[in-house]
Amino acid sequence: MAEVLVVVEASQAAGVKKVTLEMLTIARGLGEVSAVVLGGEGAAAQFAEKLGEYGATKIYAGEGEEVDGYLVAPKATAVAELVKLVQPAAVLIASSQEGKEIAGRLAVKLDNGLLTDAVEVAADGTATQVVFAGAAIVKSKVTKGLPIVTIRPNSITPEPAPASPTVEQLTVVATDADKLTKVVERVAEQKGSRPELTEASIVVSGGRGVASADNFKVVEEIADLLGGAVGASRAAVDSGYYPHQFQVGQTGKTVSPQLYLAIGISGAIQHRAGMQTSKTIVAVNKDAEAPIFELADYGVVGDLNKVVPQAAEEIRKRK
Amino acid sequence: MNIVVLVKQVPDSGAERTLSASDNTVERGSANNVINEMDEYAIEEALKIKEAHGGEVTVLTMGPERATESIRKALSMGPDKAVHVQDDALHGSCAVATSKVLATALGTLNADLIICGAESTDGRVQVMPHMIAERLGIAALTGARKLTVDGAQLTAERQTDEGYEVVTAATPAVVSVWDTINEPRYPSFKGIMAAKKKPVQTLSLADLGVAADEVGAAGATSAVVEFAKRPVRTAGTKVVDEGEGGVQLVQYLVTEKFV
Ligand SMILES: Cc1cc2nc3c(=O)[nH]c(=O)nc-3n(C[C@H](O)[C@H](O)[C@H](O)COP(=O)(O)OP(=O)(O)OC[C@H]3O[C@@H](n4cnc5c(N)ncnc54)[C@H](O)[C@@H]3O)c2cc1C
Ligand SMILES: Cc1cc2nc3c(=O)[nH]c(=O)nc-3n(C[C@H](O)[C@H](O)[C@H](O)COP(=O)(O)OP(=O)(O)OC[C@H]3O[C@@H](n4cnc5c(N)ncnc54)[C@H](O)[C@@H]3O)c2cc1C
Repeated sequence: MAEVLVVVEASQAAGVKKVTLEMLTIARGLGEVSAVVLGGEGAAAQFAEKLGEYGATKIYAGEGEEVDGYLVAPKATAVAELVKLVQPAAVLIASSQEGKEIAGRLAVKLDNGLLTDAVEVAADGTATQVVFAGAAIVKSKVTKGLPIVTIRPNSITPEPAPASPTVEQLTVVATDADKLTKVVERVAEQKGSRPELTEASIVVSGGRGVASADNFKVVEEIADLLGGAVGASRAAVDSGYYPHQFQVGQTGKTVSPQLYLAIGISGAIQHRAGMQTSKTIVAVNKDAEAPIFELADYGVVGDLNKVVPQAAEEIRKRK
Repeated sequence: MNIVVLVKQVPDSGAERTLSASDNTVERGSANNVINEMDEYAIEEALKIKEAHGGEVTVLTMGPERATESIRKALSMGPDKAVHVQDDALHGSCAVATSKVLATALGTLNADLIICGAESTDGRVQVMPHMIAERLGIAALTGARKLTVDGAQLTAERQTDEGYEVVTAATPAVVSVWDTINEPRYPSFKGIMAAKKKPVQTLSLADLGVAADEVGAAGATSAVVEFAKRPVRTAGTKVVDEGEGGVQLVQYLVTEKFV
């Protein structure tokens, strides 16, 4: 059986990300699963156990400054060389900014097609993409070369399939062109112990109705009680209530959690673009006519400053 | 500094969008077409750099004839001129082919700096800047929320899920920007009048030396096999808070097993 390469998305702080486990699960339907770890020294050793737990039988490790010290390009070179070497049946990459960028360079290097934001990949390589803000479902195929597909987080439930992977060290030789953009600093901004927005199974978002940065603690409190991530509408971000990396929507993150709780959000089409494939949607808004109620499975018409703290209190009582 | 801004015309994300039933490409005929919003931030950034460091700003668009409207709109913000790659054979181009055409056109423009949006609102493929950099063998600084230009040296804050990265490179380079980077200016009346007279050069595939079968539906590296509209979500239960709204909400979460 041909190999399927899964380019691992992981970080020092967060470990192996859930989307990687989803990719490993999808990859098992396509061939023999090999995980490709690209990062700093020791990355493969750090992640090996988890990757094995979800079915990686081989780990290719491209590690060190040559890979990690520059923006994206050396990683694409490493994957391209590996593709030429092992002739895989497919390459799966996370649909994160960096994942897509690796996929883009890879496609150019190999003169190969690519499909982004897939939620499913069939055994024959046909990918299912959700497009136009969740308005349409598209089935598509790479028609030139092998399937290079980026997978959207929270597309499937990862299933373990324990294996004991062998680790193979890759010698990554970045070209001069790969080294043109240096990463001089990586800064983690405060986000506490909350799950990552795109991977969380519960997302609680606040909008302009939250009315101040300080008052976002109302949103954070209930998010923490539910074990969820915190998101924000663009109006909340633009007003400076919450940082941009937590923006949900057309020009922010796409989330697809089990539960999306929208607090003080009107439900503009561009906001829906990032959340309407959520399994269950719950809204709190004082305006009974707010469009968010058109797609909410459960809605409370009321002042968020009363409803949400009361809900938090009720959850605490039940715990 | 010679700056080229990439501007794409897209269907308005505020209206309903769909694919064409005849060939599974984006329905652009009926859609209200606008400048990809993120590209307005790219234009603004280019104009700010020109104002601070001198130089020229050129808009580059690949798109059908009606993309001219977006080019004029872009020019009304202040860029000096535009290049419009327009050819019927481009219809249905995939990202790989698009990057080939844009990179070839850029090859004739001698840019020190290429600025584009971080992603388009229609395809959202988010690959163009790195694909172009790969083809041209130049640096890419992508996902910038802040950009500093010091002579030929560029420093950007690249937004990440965890926070940000500081990345540096020398020109020539491609930079892609998020909407947190600046506040795009509104075209002035003077700007709108001036835009009508600014030069717009139209280039065909033949002008660029790109073969028609390398692009468009003929040269596409991927194909849509089928598409379907997702079922529209419907409204569920709605309660009005009369003092117990928070408790009712939690009761719902309990029935759905979230608590
Ligand atoms: C090209 C483009 C891209 C965009 N991308 C995005 C995007 O990625 N994400 C995004 O979110 N938006 C995006 N937008 C903006 C979008 O159109 C809306 O402007 C935005 O989503 C509105 O945010 P909001 O719902 O928080 O604010 P508003 O529309 O102002 O809604 C606030 C809501 O809070 C309610 N409210 C106020 N006070 C209270 C209270 N005390 N208790 C309960 N409810 C209260 C109000 O009734 C109202 O419904 C984009 C727009 C464009 C043009
Ligand atoms: C719903 C949908 C899904 C798609 N999925 C895929 C896919 O999986 N694989 C694939 O190969 N193609 C796909 N395409 C086609 C792809 O969107 C187009 O080829 C497109 O021209 C390039 O991708 P993008 O606009 O998403 O670029 P992005 O990389 O998201 O755009 C970034 C920036 O590049 C610049 N730019 C992009 N296109 C142009 C242009 N024509 N002229 C000037 N500047 C431009 C803009 O500044 C833009 O902000 C898809 C299209 C749609 C509508």
